[in-house]
Amino acid sequence: MSAAVSAPEGQLARVWQRFRRHRLALAGAFVVALLMASALFASVFAPQDPTLLDTSLRFVPPFTDWRYPLGTDELGRDTLSRLLHGGQVSLTVGLVAMVTTVLTGALIGIAAGYLGGIADTLLMRFVDTMLCFPQVFLLLVVAAFVPPTLLSISLVIGLTSWMEVSRIVRAEILHLKEQDFVAAARALGASRTRIMVRELLPNAAAPILVAATLKVASAVLMESYISYLGYGVQPPLASWGNMLTNAQGYFDTVPWLAILPGAAITLTVMGFNFLGDGLRDALDPRLRMDP
Amino acid sequence: MRAMLGGVTATATLPRDAPAASPEAPLLSVRGLTLHIPVPPHTLRAVDGISFDLRRGETLGLVGESGSGKTLTAMAVMRLLEPPLSDLPRGKVLLEGRDLMRLSETEMSTLRGRALSMIFQEPMTSLNPVMTVGRQIAEPVVRHLGLSARQAAARAEEMLRLVGIPDPPRVARAYPHLLSGGMRQRAMIAIALACRPSLLIADEPTTALDVTVQAQILDLLAGLQREMGSAVLLITHDLAVIAETAHRVAVMYAGRIVEEAPVGSLFAAPRHPYTRGLLASIPLIARERPETLPEIPGMVPGPGDRPAGCAFAPRCGRALPRCAQDVPPFAPLAPGHHAACWNPCDG
Repeated sequence: MSAAVSAPEGQLARVWQRFRRHRLALAGAFVVALLMASALFASVFAPQDPTLLDTSLRFVPPFTDWRYPLGTDELGRDTLSRLLHGGQVSLTVGLVAMVTTVLTGALIGIAAGYLGGIADTLLMRFVDTMLCFPQVFLLLVVAAFVPPTLLSISLVIGLTSWMEVSRIVRAEILHLKEQDFVAAARALGASRTRIMVRELLPNAAAPILVAATLKVASAVLMESYISYLGYGVQPPLASWGNMLTNAQGYFDTVPWLAILPGAAITLTVMGFNFLGDGLRDALDPRLRMDP
Repeated sequence: MRAMLGGVTATATLPRDAPAASPEAPLLSVRGLTLHIPVPPHTLRAVDGISFDLRRGETLGLVGESGSGKTLTAMAVMRLLEPPLSDLPRGKVLLEGRDLMRLSETEMSTLRGRALSMIFQEPMTSLNPVMTVGRQIAEPVVRHLGLSARQAAARAEEMLRLVGIPDPPRVARAYPHLLSGGMRQRAMIAIALACRPSLLIADEPTTALDVTVQAQILDLLAGLQREMGSAVLLITHDLAVIAETAHRVAVMYAGRIVEEAPVGSLFAAPRHPYTRGLLASIPLIARERPETLPEIPGMVPGPGDRPAGCAFAPRCGRALPRCAQDVPPFAPLAPGHHAACWNPCDG
C-alpha cells in the first residue's frame, strides 16, 4: 500500500516536465531571467553613467566605439547604459503593477465569487464599469493628476488593469466553491475567511500565476505608452518609453535610437507572454487532477 | 439499488451488542425537522417533520432511496445548507440539549469539527487537492483544541495510524492525489475524528468504494466508534451497510421516517409495507435464480402529485381508503419498533 504513495514533490516535478516540453516557454523563461539579471545588475554592466551628457559625441552609431557599444543619443548619452537602466525602471514598474493588479483582482474576484448574491453583483458591475473605459485613457486621466514617480506610475497602471484578473479568479472560484472539499472544510468548522484564503485561493493559484506573468508584459507596455506620451517616467531618468519619445525626432536619420528600446520592449513582452503560455499549459487544472 | 452482499438477512438477525439503554438524555435529539423548498408552483417537502434520537456510542442508520431526504437531513443537522436553502429548515436539533438551529453561524462553526463532524460520500473530491493530508488533519485540531502546530502534526500522524494507514509520517506529507480511494476515505475519517467529536454524521461513506474496501471502512468506523464512544448517524441507501453497522434503523420515504426499529427486528419483521418492499428487492445469492427480482411498483411521488395522506399509498399493495386521506401517525408496534402505517404488516 505504501508503494501507492510516491514523494510529495511529484506534483511540482510533473509541472516542470510539462513546462520543459514547451520550447517557446523555455525560451521565454530564459529571456525573462536574462532581463531580470541585467536590470538587477544594471549599474555593474553599464559601461557609462546613463545620464552623463557629452555633446561632442552625439549620434555615435552602434558597434563603432568600444566605449559606447550601442552608440549614443542626441545628447551623447550611452545607449546601452540607458537601455540597462531603463530596463530597471520598466521591469520595476512591470512587477509592482503586476503585484497590485493580482492582489486587487484576486481579492475582488474571490469576494465576488465566494460571497455571491448582492456582493457579487455590485463588484462585477463595478468591474464592467471600469472595463468600459480604454485603459490608456484611464491611465492618462489619473496620470495628469498624480505626480509621476516610479511608485505612483506602477500603482496607477496596477489599479487600472486588475479587472480581467478579477473575472478570471471569480470564474475559478465559482467552480471551486461547489467542490466537496469546500463543504468538507465547512463541516470541520472553517470560517468563510479561512475557506477563501486557505481552501479556495491556493486552488486558484494556477490561473492567477498565469495572469500575473501576462500582466507584467502588459504593464511594461503601458509604462512605455504613458512615458512615450510624456506622462510617465520623467527625464533624465531613462525608461524604454521615454527613450522612444526622444528618438522619434530623429527616426529618419538615426533609426537605431528607436529600434533598440523598441526591441527591448518587444523582447520583454514576448518573453513574459511565452512564459505565461507555458505556465498555463503546465498548470492546466484538468491535467493537475489526474491520478 | 446496487448489488447487495449475499446473506444480508443472516447477519442482520444476529443480535448486536447495542449500548445498554441508559436513562441519560440522548446525545442528539431531532424534533420535527422540516425542510420545505418552494419550487413554484409547488412546495417540495424534502424533509417533512422528522424526529429521532441518537444516544452516545450508538449508530443510527438512516436509509432511503435517492431523493428521500436523507442527505438534506444531515446537511440541516450540520447547518451546512447553502443559500437559498440555509434559512428554510424548521424544527429542533438538540445536541447535548443545545438547539443547533438557534445558534449563530459563528457559534456553529466552533462546534463543527469538534462536537459534531461529517464524512462525505466522495473521498476523491472531499480533500483539498493542494494541501497535504497531514495539514488537513492538523488544521481543525489547531483551530478547535488550540494545540501547537507541532502537537497537531503529531496528532495527525496518530490519527492516520488509528485509521490503519501504513507509514503515517509519509502519508501526512503527501498530497491527496497520491492516495487511493480507500486511503482517502480513511484520511477523511481521520480528519473528521481528529477532535474526537461526540457525533459523527457519515453520508454514504462507502458508496464510492468497491465492496472489499467498503467492508474495511465499515469495520474501521465501528472500531473507532467503540473506542471513542461517538454516536454515528449513518446515511446510506444500502441496506447491507446498515445490517453490518447500525444498531437502529430509520427508514425514510419522501421526506418522512416511515419505520424505526432495532436493526435485528427491522430485518426480521419489517412492519411498514415500504420497508418490506425494500427488503424484498434485495437480491440474494441463491442456487436457483428467481425469474425476476421483486420490485416496488411506481415511482416516488414528485412535489406536485403528493397525496394528502401517506406518501407511499399510491404504490402500496396494502393501502386502505383512508391511507390517501390521513397521514398515519408514527406509532409504536412493539418495544422500540415504530412505524407510520394504517395497515402495518404482521410482526
